[in-house]
Amino acid sequence: MTSLTLTRGQVDRERLLRLLQEYGVYAGVVVLLVFNFVFTSNFVSTENFRTQAVQVAPVLVVALGMALAIGTEGVDLAVGSVMALSTSLLSLYLGYGPWTATLMAVAGGIAVGLANGSLIAFLGVQPIVATLALMVAARGLALVLLPQLEDVRDPGMASLGSGDVLGVPYLVLIAAALALLVAFVVRRTTFGRQLLAIGDSRPAARLAGLPVRRVLVVVYACSGALAAIAGVLATARLTASDPTSLGTLMELSAITAVVVGGTPLSGGRIRIGGTVAGAVLIQLLTTTLIKHDLPPSWTQMAQAVVIVAAVYAARERGKR
Amino acid sequence: MTTGTKEAGTEPAVVPEDVEQDGGPGRGERFSALAQQHGALVTLVVAMVAASLSFDTFLTGDNLENMALSSAFLAVVALGMTFVIVTGGIDLSVGSLFALGGVLAAWGSQYGTVVALLLPLAVCGLIGVVNGLLIARSGLAPFIVTLAAMLGARGILLAVTDEGSRTYLVDKDSFFATLGQGSLLGIGVPIWITVVLFVLGAVVLRRTRFGQYVYAVGGNEDAAALMGAPVARTKIAVYALSGLCAGLAGALNAAWLVSGVTILGTGMELEAISAVVIGGTLLSGGFGFVSGALVGVLLLKVIQNVINQIGSLDSAYQQVVSGAFLAVVVVAQTWLGRRRRVL
Repeated sequence: MTSLTLTRGQVDRERLLRLLQEYGVYAGVVVLLVFNFVFTSNFVSTENFRTQAVQVAPVLVVALGMALAIGTEGVDLAVGSVMALSTSLLSLYLGYGPWTATLMAVAGGIAVGLANGSLIAFLGVQPIVATLALMVAARGLALVLLPQLEDVRDPGMASLGSGDVLGVPYLVLIAAALALLVAFVVRRTTFGRQLLAIGDSRPAARLAGLPVRRVLVVVYACSGALAAIAGVLATARLTASDPTSLGTLMELSAITAVVVGGTPLSGGRIRIGGTVAGAVLIQLLTTTLIKHDLPPSWTQMAQAVVIVAAVYAARERGKR
Repeated sequence: MTTGTKEAGTEPAVVPEDVEQDGGPGRGERFSALAQQHGALVTLVVAMVAASLSFDTFLTGDNLENMALSSAFLAVVALGMTFVIVTGGIDLSVGSLFALGGVLAAWGSQYGTVVALLLPLAVCGLIGVVNGLLIARSGLAPFIVTLAAMLGARGILLAVTDEGSRTYLVDKDSFFATLGQGSLLGIGVPIWITVVLFVLGAVVLRRTRFGQYVYAVGGNEDAAALMGAPVARTKIAVYALSGLCAGLAGALNAAWLVSGVTILGTGMELEAISAVVIGGTLLSGGFGFVSGALVGVLLLKVIQNVINQIGSLDSAYQQVVSGAFLAVVVVAQTWLGRRRRVL
């Protein structure tokens, strides 16, 4: 699509695609909401909205870190395993109080992120492979630390999982605060600008004198930290640590949320609002199918179609 | 996902002093190439010698046969993956296709061996073609397309097995079951099939026009297109091939287990990619060989076997070791690859 003369039809098509990329995800959320308001019984209730929001919170937190990685034209496949590692560490250190335990869990996530970032930034390994290696290793480490499911009976964690302020669950508040924080960092800070510049063109960023390696390491450390926080949130909600299954396929859900939200895989652009909407869209889609008694197999196939459709819509911009 | 090559393009031309002026390969380059091609094989031999010295039970016929059998299915998947990776792509759908192939084969076996083999090949091959079309014709990123296919294929599997609650069985006396359970000259049939497929794969990648196209597309897509190589068709073919291999491996595995187990194959794509990369194939594309995939699979299985033999070690350590090993290999390869490019 590099021809310089565009016919009228092409311009319209471009504009339509652009609109679809910009607002498609919000339109999708609205359509699903309206559909559920009309056709789904028991959908409009505080209890239901609360459940949906609490379920989406950990996915969203992971997706925020993923958006940063994808913004640098990378990807972080280790996030699911980091959640597992986080829940293991949390369970292990809970004896020292919930704050210490959370601190240790997040430190573990940052350590994995630093390892990812160093492999990618200093040794030039492709993000897919580097984070793949850490994905395997971190899950193993989580299982070494905590071989099986363990109940979490800490009152502090329990109140984090089920408590609320004015009816808004803590989990949702934390996820929203983190989303605002990441959006601020991406839009208003030097770090955010540097991150996007690297995603746009790494050679250009380096020639412009940006600290490419340092920024990359910090990005993957952030992704690790956010995934670890998501692990803590999920553990608090489930009141149990299950390193075997916590976070499996989470990397998929997170990538889907980011991509459906209109962040191109080719880097250089991050849409946090879209990512939030993307996470909500996936959650709503799953709920809609379940509430209408369609089996899980449909959910997976529908998710597959949504991913392909979203990437397909974004491809023109991605190709540039 | 080719940041490596993008960077290299803008790098100021480094002219090392020991480059020979006649254009022949320098000593450093020859060493790098050797290490890349045979490093995994040397490691495998060392690991096997060390294991057989440490454990009496390692070098027994039973243990070796078990290891070979459990390697066979993963090896067939890794064979298809090699072609995809040499074109610079990646196929994350193989684990789901492996499981789907097994279930379809077990269901089809009630109608005879032909159906049991053709049905999984047709369905998995078709999904591979769809992957290839989306990647080659629409220009979508391979990892996201095959990620979607991984979900979609798992969905199809659940749909045909009453949400995973139904396990189709294979008749133990059927010819199809002997494809998995039988043995020829004392060696299991799946091992023979794997060996034959690898010989075929090596011939196709090395000696045919299609194989040369695969290397050309992986080396530099634009250059390949300018030379007149059918880039799109080659890409579609490799994803179809990967789908076929995964489906066939699943079918053979079902014949071996005499049932279509629905929960198989999760994480298999990662194992297959690890094996291919450990074997010396570059993820950036354009360089790789079929035998490396086999060596990589065997190396992973030997590590697994040793950790099982130690016994006192938790099996979770296996993942830690595999992950660390993969990281080391990738770092070494990146370093060797950079050396070769600069020299």
